[in-house]
Amino acid sequence: MTGPSTGTDAVTGPSTEADAVTDPSASEAAAGVEAASDAAAAAGGAAPDAVPVLSVRGLSVRFRMRGGAHVAAVTDARFELAAGECLALVGESGCGKSVLASALLGLLPENAETAGSAFLADGTDLLTADERTLARTVRGRRVGLVPQSPAAHLTPVRTVRSQLEETLRELTGVRRPELRKAGEAAAERAAFPLGHLDRYPHELSGGLAQRAATALALIGDAPLLLADEPTTGLDRELVDRTVDELRRHVGDDRALLMITHDLAAAERIADRVAVMYASRIVEIADAADFFGEPGPRHPYARGLLNALPEREFTPIPGMPPELSALPEGCAFAARCERADEACRSVPALPLSGAACHHPVAPALEAPRA
Amino acid sequence: MLELRSLTAGYDRRAPVVRDVNLTVAPGESVGLLGPSGCGKSTLARVAALLHRPDRGQVVIDGEPAHGWRHRAPRSQRTAFGVVFQQPRLAADPRLTLTQLIAEPLRATGRAAEVTDRVRELARTVGLGEDLLGRRPHEVSDGQLQRACLARALVLRPRWLICDEMTAMLDASTTAALVTAVENYRADSGAGLLAVGHDKVLLERWCDRTVHWDELTRA
Repeated sequence: MTGPSTGTDAVTGPSTEADAVTDPSASEAAAGVEAASDAAAAAGGAAPDAVPVLSVRGLSVRFRMRGGAHVAAVTDARFELAAGECLALVGESGCGKSVLASALLGLLPENAETAGSAFLADGTDLLTADERTLARTVRGRRVGLVPQSPAAHLTPVRTVRSQLEETLRELTGVRRPELRKAGEAAAERAAFPLGHLDRYPHELSGGLAQRAATALALIGDAPLLLADEPTTGLDRELVDRTVDELRRHVGDDRALLMITHDLAAAERIADRVAVMYASRIVEIADAADFFGEPGPRHPYARGLLNALPEREFTPIPGMPPELSALPEGCAFAARCERADEACRSVPALPLSGAACHHPVAPALEAPRA
Repeated sequence: MLELRSLTAGYDRRAPVVRDVNLTVAPGESVGLLGPSGCGKSTLARVAALLHRPDRGQVVIDGEPAHGWRHRAPRSQRTAFGVVFQQPRLAADPRLTLTQLIAEPLRATGRAAEVTDRVRELARTVGLGEDLLGRRPHEVSDGQLQRACLARALVLRPRWLICDEMTAMLDASTTAALVTAVENYRADSGAGLLAVGHDKVLLERWCDRTVHWDELTRA
């Protein structure tokens, strides 16, 4: 399943001084949609300093297909992202991870139906905001995207330097003669070699294209960064550098949602891990518990970790179900050795833990300090 | 024996990407080639699979030097290779169903009669459900499409497999499943493997031996 991968560059809107992290976004929101400000009051009324950067509730995405069929790509996703936090969303290909990211950026195709809400800290609901708001104040400015396929994300007929400088001009208002230097600084942030700045996207290796796209995403200094498979095609050393840069970008007042299948990258920077399977988030856990002891509690998450070459290197038997024909009850039951009668109903996802009727019991020893 | 002898290759004769590289893969052997991104290992893989003409040097396949590349390669040499690329989306004709995709090498070599049996057999080997076979690439996930691409690479029962970052796009479970499928095929057919990648842990677990790009270019 491929989400739309083009049209994501948020460089079309008028130039605003949106580089400061504090006020402008709020005033833009007020100017943008009035509906959003009601939501702001509702979402952030209680404890203003504890408002999560992103708060997703009951988010579902379905695609209407020909003949009245539906594909449920995301079902009832619920999670929050606090400032300074990095959440890694992991799962098999085709489980709906990328659709979730597309939904948060309003980049779903025409035949998508969404439900639920996804509030930014300033109260903008990403699911109901109109295209104008999304294009002019959200994409690139309040939500940065490191895309899945940089080759499709970069403009093929312009050099990397020209794309960096255009984005800088639009998002931060830098003008010549500082522009050239700022462009090079932006490239360096994502470890993009300066010698390749005057190349066109097709002249770059997959790794360099990825770094160019990462550099573009970091320019807007958005409070929320979505990274959709940011490390695909990079070697280990570059994966580490790229995710470290993303982590550094997060700092204390931003948040990162990293969608990835690279469990090593997730382990390196994530504070929490959300595991997605067949359109549902089936486990949310603290990263240290998940990758270390006591380990994942959902049998699927366990299987995924055990498939790693440094662990048992055995695939999970069977294939994930089709999103157009999800079974009643737990979608993993058909591949699960723990499945029984109880698995005919969909297990609920607790705030932290696994959506499973028979989770792997936590280790008996005392929890780590 | 697949021998790459002092290969120099690239896209600009003045600035070759691959310089004077030697590498040998014995029959039935699996060799993992490790290197950082952008070092030229994919170019080397393309040369080895007869998909890119080197500027200098020789590719010797089972004692016979290659003279033609791409469509100019003689069929007997071309079909000795099965190639799986990193990005299944770019390696699959979007107009073909997965069945047609897997069967294409059979049709291209005048063996269309075998299609039904071979496709069904291979779908099982790589773990593709029957219901997926009628779909086109945009209707399946990356992992499912890569399974089909692996089936296509195996359909002519090649003596040599070249896997260029075959699993870089895939999750851990699909990676393990595809590697298992490749290894089952190799155990069955005795084919040799050149697996190119940057995941040291994976290639060391997967292959008989691994070589690092630096060792190749120094030698």
